[in-house]
Amino acid sequence: MQNTVLTMQNIYKSFPGVRALHNVDFTLREGEIHALMGENGAGKSTLIKVLTGVYAKDAGEIYMKGTGKPVHIKSPQEAQRLGISTVYQEITLCPNLTVAENLFIGRTDDLFVDWKKYNSRAERILGGLKIPTKPTKQLSNCSIAVQQMVAIARAVDMDCKVLILDEPTSSLDEQEVAKLFTLMRELKGRGVGIIFVTHFLDQVYEVCDKITVLRNGELVGEYQIKDLPRVELVAKMMGKELGDLAEIHNEAQPSIMNSKEAIIEAEELTSTSGIKPFNFASHKGEVTGFAGLLGSGRSECVRAIYGADKVLKGKLRIKGENVNITTPIKAMKKGIGYLSEDRKRDGIIGDLSVRENIILALQVMRGFFRPFTKTQAQAFADEYISLLGIKTASADTPISSLSGGNQQKVILARWLLTHPDYLILDEPTRGIDIGTKVEIQKLVLKLASEGMSITFISSEIEEMLRTCSRLIVMRDLHVVGELKGDDMTQDKIMYTIAGGSNSK
Amino acid sequence: MNYRKHNLSFWSKLKRGESLTDSVFLLTITVSLFIAIYALSIIFLGDKGFSKIQMFFNLFNENAALIVIACGLSIVMITGSIDISVGGSTALICTACIVCLNNYNFNFVTTLILALGIGLVFGAVQGFLIAYLEMQPFIVTLAGMFLGRGLVALVEVNQIQVDNAGFEMLSGARILIPFLGDINKKGVFIQSKLEYGVIVAIIIVCLMFWILRKTNLGRSFYAVGGNSHSALLLGINVKRTRFHAHLLCGLLAGIGGFLYLFHTRSGSVQQATGLEMDAIAASIIGGTLLTGGVGNIFGTLFGVLTSGIVLLVVTAIGSQDPWWPQITRAAMLCFFIVLQSVICSRKKK
Amino acid sequence: MTRNNNKLDTDRFASVLKALSRHRMFIPIAFLAFLLLINVFINPSFLRVSLGRDSTGSPVLIGNLINILNNATELVILTIGMTLVTASSRGQDISIGATVSIVGGVIMRVLCGNETQPTQLHAPILVALLLGCLAGIACGAFNGILVSKFNIQPMVATLILFTAGRSIGSMAMGGLKPKAAASFGYYGNFIPGFPVPTPILITIGAIVVTLFALKRTNLSLYTRAVGINDKASSLNGLNPALIKFLTFVILGLCVGIAGFVQSSRVQTVNPYTIVPSIEMDVILAVALGGNSLGGGKFNMTGSIVGAYTIQTLTSMLTTLNVNTNAVPVFKAVIIIILVAIQTPMLKSLFVKKVTLSNLTAGAGKERG
Repeated sequence: MQNTVLTMQNIYKSFPGVRALHNVDFTLREGEIHALMGENGAGKSTLIKVLTGVYAKDAGEIYMKGTGKPVHIKSPQEAQRLGISTVYQEITLCPNLTVAENLFIGRTDDLFVDWKKYNSRAERILGGLKIPTKPTKQLSNCSIAVQQMVAIARAVDMDCKVLILDEPTSSLDEQEVAKLFTLMRELKGRGVGIIFVTHFLDQVYEVCDKITVLRNGELVGEYQIKDLPRVELVAKMMGKELGDLAEIHNEAQPSIMNSKEAIIEAEELTSTSGIKPFNFASHKGEVTGFAGLLGSGRSECVRAIYGADKVLKGKLRIKGENVNITTPIKAMKKGIGYLSEDRKRDGIIGDLSVRENIILALQVMRGFFRPFTKTQAQAFADEYISLLGIKTASADTPISSLSGGNQQKVILARWLLTHPDYLILDEPTRGIDIGTKVEIQKLVLKLASEGMSITFISSEIEEMLRTCSRLIVMRDLHVVGELKGDDMTQDKIMYTIAGGSNSK
Repeated sequence: MNYRKHNLSFWSKLKRGESLTDSVFLLTITVSLFIAIYALSIIFLGDKGFSKIQMFFNLFNENAALIVIACGLSIVMITGSIDISVGGSTALICTACIVCLNNYNFNFVTTLILALGIGLVFGAVQGFLIAYLEMQPFIVTLAGMFLGRGLVALVEVNQIQVDNAGFEMLSGARILIPFLGDINKKGVFIQSKLEYGVIVAIIIVCLMFWILRKTNLGRSFYAVGGNSHSALLLGINVKRTRFHAHLLCGLLAGIGGFLYLFHTRSGSVQQATGLEMDAIAASIIGGTLLTGGVGNIFGTLFGVLTSGIVLLVVTAIGSQDPWWPQITRAAMLCFFIVLQSVICSRKKK
Repeated sequence: MTRNNNKLDTDRFASVLKALSRHRMFIPIAFLAFLLLINVFINPSFLRVSLGRDSTGSPVLIGNLINILNNATELVILTIGMTLVTASSRGQDISIGATVSIVGGVIMRVLCGNETQPTQLHAPILVALLLGCLAGIACGAFNGILVSKFNIQPMVATLILFTAGRSIGSMAMGGLKPKAAASFGYYGNFIPGFPVPTPILITIGAIVVTLFALKRTNLSLYTRAVGINDKASSLNGLNPALIKFLTFVILGLCVGIAGFVQSSRVQTVNPYTIVPSIEMDVILAVALGGNSLGGGKFNMTGSIVGAYTIQTLTSMLTTLNVNTNAVPVFKAVIIIILVAIQTPMLKSLFVKKVTLSNLTAGAGKERG
């Protein structure tokens, strides 16, 4: 039996209004690549941040190999000292420093540094990992992939016992991923325990030995990779038996009876976000979807339609009438609603009450000098709180103290209140519980059956398959295909996203 | 949890736009601006003293204290913070030192210790509040500014002068520059003079340049200013680094305050009004970004010299109205702040 | 058993704390009451208001309270504007003292022209008021453009006028120190025959207009939305830059009115010493009113009470013979304490304990 290098027991962590981790155990052995799986909001990132000392745990114990007592990791420095190195999803290096500085800064308590020595050492490390950059180059002048490789090089060079890779592959291309895997296997051979967080199932089954699954901040279980087929892994992550998933799809069928009345027609639209000119149309009672990887331009398309990014060229027709939408308010007045991708950053207004968050969009459309009275606002809020089943103490509660799913419902209420003809839902189900996800999907279908035209974007392809009647597929800011009817299968979408030449 | 993550990646994306090349660009502007203004003033205002070599040395003599204080501000600004209390602490240092020199028989060394002590206390307290309690730097140092000036009034309400023979002798001493000098109206050659304070200032500029370039502490300042979240994850003690930046700024404010006293030999409540602004302006003109992470100490030196020469030119060509220097300073600050903002937003696109 | 009791105690404590924090007026009112108590203790007749006669024989109200209400005028008006700026732009305008100086300079120049002791006013007072307000609005707009258009931190942006303002004020008066005719003094003192000081009336007017505007327009909702999350606000059809700009313009208008009242008090303006360190007082009033200096939500009533509290503090310190120049020392210390107790670091010390005890209690229950 291999030696245990890290044990986490009964870990608790909560943030105001969110229970992020609840009684989670995790064990890592030497020379093991251990996948940490779970949906968005399952608690993977929190667990890792607890382990690396970014967050303080509320309760629980962490044991490292060689220390009999539980260790208290209070800061990333301490984690480094204990031999825990981390590579995060977003680049956590300093863009204003050089590559060599990023490799070595924060690792010694020496007062002075001999950058000449470090530069030559950096040269060796970069050469060894075949990272195409120079030690003296400023990091912000390197490509994102190179920056990520530098981060990995740093972690590898630190002679760590535990290496955490938190979605490191999302910005790497295939060759770079392959290079990373080679590196991981090499480290495994040296006895390093690796925690690998990723969303790509293929990658998990390619390199990992074990899987630990989290859901809603709780431990689902630890499994040997050979004991857990993919389908079961997905089911465990989603907390659903396979049968449940089919349920919605059946309801979805009748809604594919779209009329021919186009609500939105975009022609060669392009915006400052770099999106390539695209054509798009959405009809009355139709649910359309944009599919593609993160950064493929899904959000950029709808943002261009909504006027959230500056439109450079192209035509937009709403119900056959040419319009020129330059700002969101113009789009809103033309009957477009946009539930933005990043709820926390672009959706909720944290300290405002649920009531104010619900009426905001309608209020802005009504104008500066015509505020709703408190009674009117309360009536709107009450109506939608009960309609969508928003769980909140009262309409006066600040939205930030609601759970993710309920926050999303409030934002949904905000847009439903404006009675849009065309509603854009950009990742409405991200980071919320499965129950609410299903509710939102059902609501989308119901609204469409009542005649609303809806665009639904999600990272989870199955969700799109269940709700959408037509899919626009995107790759590298281009529209690369459109699928409907029987063509709408997971495989077809994957092939289209990957592109004809790459399909296996 | 997600919120923090996305928020930070958003900020790091924003921050990623800036680079040292901006600093070099801004530094180039500043140096060429300085040379251009100096050349033009020699050509067109030569009769008003600009052609004299002593004029060049006076630029240093008058601004030695400011150079040191601006170095301190550059450091906190590189770390992504700010300190607007330096004018207040300078006024306090001057008055407190004079009172001690005149009434308590302080000598040069004990006065120096007192000045450094006051500076360090300001730096340490403000640094603690900003770094460890995470209070807004502006609010903390604004309070520090009023605290400093208020304390002056508690120490001594009236304007006072140094009345200490030993100190006056030292402060009156000048270095004669060999072979350089001007010929006055009577045709007599007068050697150029340099105050000792300038030597201190130059040493400090070099020292700070070295610290920022070659020490872990210095690079940590840049790292924290560039992206404090990343810096934390890279294993830098962000709070301690911020604290050190303010402590260093306080120390430099102490030295600067002492040089100010050394040069002016007087103290009052209204002394060194707007000094913080001059120091911030010099840093910004010299290419330090307000958003942090980018800056260059030699740029700051040239920032001080540029604003110094501009003020001299304004006084020389303008009428004797007392308001022009201040307005010119502000206009210059405004120009460079806007320039920086435009460059940064260009870069982001 | 003991665990339950402990839990009950923490619960009760938490609920009491919640109730207190829900009353955002708690800090300013408690502080005001505390200061008034001290004042009464120092001077038992502190609260007395009586009807006296001024030098011309008109009836006037006399008393410490009247003085505080009177002297707080500029502070209250500026605090109203500053509260909005703080909420929307998450920073403060530190140039208000300097811009009051500009307004004062403009008003004096308009009223006195180039004379130092004019026997009559050179222009109607209304014109002076309008031009003064215009000057204030122009300054506000300048700051507003830097903040909203160029995305410069409010405090850095306003540092520019903070430095130049007093010199510009001096320039506006052409370096003279004129004294305007006595009729200009009605607005900073008394209207002959009416016993209530005019500034108090102006303050009441300003407060009423503000509260009306907050009720009848969406100023409050928009300002808070932009201050809390400007990205989300812009996706909801708001124009964050415009709203930030607007709050700076409103503050500019407040500066205009405050400058008018201030220069009317002694009918003369010293641009370098007019309203010394008022930026500190105003920021302190905003903080004291229960507003976060980091922007977002605001509490206008709290700010106004805060402003009166600060004025009470100032007058108390003056009564205690503290030098005017030394007064900021006390305020600086108070503002540091006030902001320090608002910091998440100190707040979390308490919150952490509560959640931890709740959690362990919950876990115990599950296992038991």
